[in-house]
Amino acid sequence: MAEEHNMRRVTAIKNGTVIDHIPSGQALKVLELLNLSGDTSVPVSLVMNVPSKKMGAKDIIKVEDRELTQSELDRLALVAPDSSIAIIRAYSVAEKLNVNLGDEVINVVRCTFSNCITQNPREPLPHRLKVIRTAPLALRCHYCQRPQDLDELVLNLL
Amino acid sequence: MKGLITMDDLTNEDIHSILADAERLLPIARGESYLPLLQGKILGNLFFEPSTRTRMSFETAMKRLGGDVVNLGDVKTSSVVKGETLFDTIQMVDGYTDIIAMRHPRQGAARYAQDAARVPILNGGDGAGHHPTQTMLDLFTIQQSHGTLEGLTVILAGDLRYGRTVHSLSHALVRFGCRLIFASPDLLRMPTEIVEDLREHGADVTETEDLLGNINQADVVYMTRIQKERFADEDEYTKVAGAYKLHARDLANVKSEMVILHPLPRVDEIHPSVDDTRHARYFEQAFNGVVARMALLCRLLNIEIPDEIPGGDA
Repeated sequence: MAEEHNMRRVTAIKNGTVIDHIPSGQALKVLELLNLSGDTSVPVSLVMNVPSKKMGAKDIIKVEDRELTQSELDRLALVAPDSSIAIIRAYSVAEKLNVNLGDEVINVVRCTFSNCITQNPREPLPHRLKVIRTAPLALRCHYCQRPQDLDELVLNLL
Repeated sequence: MKGLITMDDLTNEDIHSILADAERLLPIARGESYLPLLQGKILGNLFFEPSTRTRMSFETAMKRLGGDVVNLGDVKTSSVVKGETLFDTIQMVDGYTDIIAMRHPRQGAARYAQDAARVPILNGGDGAGHHPTQTMLDLFTIQQSHGTLEGLTVILAGDLRYGRTVHSLSHALVRFGCRLIFASPDLLRMPTEIVEDLREHGADVTETEDLLGNINQADVVYMTRIQKERFADEDEYTKVAGAYKLHARDLANVKSEMVILHPLPRVDEIHPSVDDTRHARYFEQAFNGVVARMALLCRLLNIEIPDEIPGGDA
């Protein structure tokens, strides 16, 4: 009931994507990550700090008229690896997707170390961050091997 | 193993066998014997930042074995200054050479170059990252002095934060069960992620600001240069750096077999009075750069080193 109530804090969407179980307070980062925080033509609703049985508190985002792609899901894994995604078509859940951070994050985000070789934007090889640990998340650059500053990472999205 | 980017590219077995190769190559490195094992091979020396010993010892190693060397030359007059990417430079040199030795100011450049290249890359230093060929000559010198790499107590002193030689060396030493004492000013401590990595691998690591108070328990003291420009002002530098200078009188109670190493160049962290003691090994260490790099060049180019070297003692 509580979960249903949470979902209704904002109106149901006809078509689009619902991102649930975002760690409380991270929704704004997720918007940034998915390039939904600036100019966008699609309506976005957001609820923050709602009670959750599983998480204590959580954030929820609803994006209308847009279905998230796999590469967007890969980005999401950086901030909200345990979030659940539902693709909504005609007011019902058409598909449930899981975020899955593999062994490596390729061409999603640039290394946060200021003296890494990949800081030169003209270098053509892919940006590669190795996943060392998922909980808590720890990433290292494939090239310079420096641990990544997770707060700064969002600013380095490609 | 394609190239040598970090010490993780070598197993302990690889390290032992490359050091054994280096030992056999000594007469050639000394010029007492000539064996053109690398005839017809070309080394590309790509030094994007200054180097004396590393560049020259690679060149000497190649030439002692009958190989040839092409140099990038001064970066200021090369295509790098025109804005060429590292990727493009590597594509070009990859076509001209059989193996590349490189040093670059950016960390991760060597791994990047290896991903871009067909030929093996030998990392001669990438930013504050790694310097594995230096580590191989350090290990060779330690083994020469102690007959083993196992279970030694090693003090690494000076600039542990920016010094790439100490980063690579500590990773290697813990694999042989060495006990590490990091002696540095607080500002220049070993990066946390490296200390954590070493401890995760079960290493016995102590961090201290006191070099002289610990020196009597050491089997090896590895000195590095503290650069003035790392400090906010000269007074602070003078105050701090003084504690990381060795004088012959500091060695009165050290272990008799203890050896002092330094990747060079030194400024004043080792007083010339130390040079005449039995502990000083830094000039042998610099010479060993040639023989260690000869062994690495042969290994990466898949050239077998004969058991008997003409003119050698073996």
